Amino acid sequence: MNAARFDAIVIGGGHNGLVTAAYLARAGRTVLVLERRPLLGGAAVTEEVFPGFKFSVFSYVVSLLRPEIIRDLNLPRHGLQILPLESTVTPLDNGDYLASWADPDETRRELCRHSPHDADAAVLFGRVMHHMAMAVKPILGMVPPDPTSLSPADVMGFLRLGGHFRSLGAERFHALHKLMTMSSADYLDEWFEFDPLKATKSASGIIGTFLGPRSPGSAYVLLHHYMGEIDGAFRAWGFQKGGTGAISESIARAAQAFGATIRTGAAVERVLTRDGQATGVALESGEEIAAKVVVSGLDPRLTFTKLVEPKQLPDDLVEGVRRYKFRGSSGKVNLALDGLPDLTCLPGVGPHLRGAISISPSLAYLERAYDDAKYGEFSSHPYMDIVIPSMIDPGMAPPGKHVMSIFVQYAPYALNGGWNDAKREAFGDAVVATLARYAPNLPSRILHRQVLTPADVERITGLSEGNIFQGELALQQLFFLRPVPAWAKYRTPVGGYWQCGAGTHPGGGIMGGSGRLAALEILKEGA
Amino acid sequence: MLKTSPFHSRTAPLVRAQTWRRWAGYQMASAYDPHPDREYAAIRNAASLIDVSPLYKYRITGRDAARLLDRMVTRDVTKLRVGQVFYTPWCDVAGKVIDDGTISRLDEGTFRLTSADSSLRWLAMNAVGMEVVIEDVSERIGALAIQGPLARAVLAQVSPADLAALKYFRLVQTTVRDIPVTISRTGYTGDLGYEIWVEATEAAALWDTLIEAGTPHGITPAGVWALDLARIEAGLVMLDVDYHSAHRALIEDQKSSPYELNLAWAVSAEKGPFNGRRALAAERARGAAWGFVGLAVEWESLERRFAERHLPPHISNIAWRASVPVYRLGDQVGYATSGCWSPLLKQSLALAHLRAPHFAPGTRVQIEITVEHRRTRADAIVVKLPFFDPERKRS
Repeated sequence: MNAARFDAIVIGGGHNGLVTAAYLARAGRTVLVLERRPLLGGAAVTEEVFPGFKFSVFSYVVSLLRPEIIRDLNLPRHGLQILPLESTVTPLDNGDYLASWADPDETRRELCRHSPHDADAAVLFGRVMHHMAMAVKPILGMVPPDPTSLSPADVMGFLRLGGHFRSLGAERFHALHKLMTMSSADYLDEWFEFDPLKATKSASGIIGTFLGPRSPGSAYVLLHHYMGEIDGAFRAWGFQKGGTGAISESIARAAQAFGATIRTGAAVERVLTRDGQATGVALESGEEIAAKVVVSGLDPRLTFTKLVEPKQLPDDLVEGVRRYKFRGSSGKVNLALDGLPDLTCLPGVGPHLRGAISISPSLAYLERAYDDAKYGEFSSHPYMDIVIPSMIDPGMAPPGKHVMSIFVQYAPYALNGGWNDAKREAFGDAVVATLARYAPNLPSRILHRQVLTPADVERITGLSEGNIFQGELALQQLFFLRPVPAWAKYRTPVGGYWQCGAGTHPGGGIMGGSGRLAALEILKEGA
Repeated sequence: MLKTSPFHSRTAPLVRAQTWRRWAGYQMASAYDPHPDREYAAIRNAASLIDVSPLYKYRITGRDAARLLDRMVTRDVTKLRVGQVFYTPWCDVAGKVIDDGTISRLDEGTFRLTSADSSLRWLAMNAVGMEVVIEDVSERIGALAIQGPLARAVLAQVSPADLAALKYFRLVQTTVRDIPVTISRTGYTGDLGYEIWVEATEAAALWDTLIEAGTPHGITPAGVWALDLARIEAGLVMLDVDYHSAHRALIEDQKSSPYELNLAWAVSAEKGPFNGRRALAAERARGAAWGFVGLAVEWESLERRFAERHLPPHISNIAWRASVPVYRLGDQVGYATSGCWSPLLKQSLALAHLRAPHFAPGTRVQIEITVEHRRTRADAIVVKLPFFDPERKRS
């Protein structure tokens, strides 16, 4: 093997890997990104699954992409174009619906129809959540300090954090503590009375997590969602034109504009090391490429137990990674439609089809869906978050035809008896049958159907156990605990080997925060 | 009583929040939805339908038609071929801009001038001694802009014209279904798009046809709020907002020359006599006193100013139109006249008049902002217009 041809190699062309590559290249480093699949993006990819029908196959909306990344990498000039996703409609079992529209006054009037109390409460709730999100948001852009360390940087980090929390005042600090510890159902019960409203709001607390709305800890994920709303000020919430793959492509173009090299169809087999120091990578093809720094965008399990020999690592780290929870809990059903679905509660074509449709008629419905999963089955009547991207971005389907993206929870990775083709189809059938209760014409509109279980997500993207966040966004594995204590600062015990995936802080969603912070840390080391 | 456009019977039922505005004496939609987000997105992502009928339109015929227009405007109309469109400003004798608009050469002896303000008297004054007929067809002709990346795909379904061959700033006389129209490859959005000129009596039928053909392509009626966002991104000036007509200015300082409006490219240095020629030649020689430029406001700076009051930056989803001071090194060096948060570029933008020598691209300036009732300043950088210039605009 020759001397290092690259300053850095990034393993995995997911959006975080690409962000890391772009920041390193921007700082003048020579960077090579290696992606196993023929296309970039990891879980943020657009594929023409059926001729003429394009899908954001896995991740399907964007809400948390860090504004500083959009600016630093000049992503709009490279193709980032976010289109508004304005409404959410929840069909109810009594034939009515609950809607939230783009206009706050319209939303309030709609809520008033169901509960005048909740209509007022929603305004106050929004204000409290705004303050909570403002309180937590700085943490998203912060390298997690280590609470057990006495190094000046860590101590300063915690002092800054402490000062920040003190500035909240007692009332808000207590509210924050509640959010951190309660279940989303309990938390919402303190505010609202209309059950479908609580169910729909709580849904954002369970996405991508093996928790039900009544599980403690789920309230925090609600907050994670609200942070997107503050950045709503920045208007980075909605659909990417051309699907989420176009976000990855825009980051890739930015990286290339800064001089990064990107190779697809290049699967890395392992990280090469000498004397506890990374020296490059070996591809599955046998090719070896040298680099001074190797950055893994893969999840913690792959980063620490597949790409390197676990025996090179401290036992507590290996044990921590073993305990780290993935537990993929969601699936995806992508439908090609020859026409629009007709909702019983809102017949015909209307603005509601340009927004999200949430199948969350009651808290009990969601909790029962979770019960199925708890005992190893997929939900017979799952929670679903549905969007029809072709209504907003006509390029996603042939004229007059449509694509429907259905995020489905729960579909446990560890299904009783394991996933197979029959189980996958049964899962797809349950989704369509449940949806048909609210849109009876849907089955007759389906031209093609793609069903993705957590096992499929793992097989296609490599994400362990099909967890879309590279590990659950649960309190015990967030911030300085993500992915494991003492290794939350993007470093690894192998010199020159770094982590930059969503398995590190802040993780989760098309955010890019992990990729950016990792790159800044690498640069700080003078690599 | 405000006038209504020939498309009013179709647009009126769509204006959900009754968000109307005045435009040249017409009652026009600011937006159809309560907010313009979706309408703006259609301009940049799919196709939008924008009623621009309030533009003034004049049909000019006769032996001296070309001579009249050439004498009036700053571009060389003798070079305007049949089927071609010029965008141009026109000036008074002192070289100050009166208005801006387009001239279309419909056939050898027939021209159409569009303008933001009424131009009948000025046309007549310039036509003294010439053999021309000037006809105000403003009310007889409706104008409908179809703008956005899918505009061509929609129009191609309903018109036999070879739209792929219709170049930027060219026009074709054709039909949409059976409706006689003129289609020009023009617009006020900086995107791929067309403007369709139709007899007022056929306007509603044209609207219906385009909505029907465009629906599978996501066609969306868009109001003036959405148009305003797009035109700022495209760096296009607006009369009475970004500059004042030399005919309406109360003091000299309110007037601008084409050079001061970033329209140097539209002033011919070679053509024969025209209004303002001598003054413009002198200004060209000595350099313009003012520049009309883009300002990109730095987000970090905005964020800091708002954070001082524990707020996230406030972003409006409609453009602002006001005179806002711009500073450099503590001194006021000019003023911005309109601006917006660009949903596409994710940037706060402004169009500004800056005094020489402060308008070179890259110059760092400060723009006044108001945070919680208090005036403060945010950092901004001078950029070359347009802010947004996609290849498809000319393709």
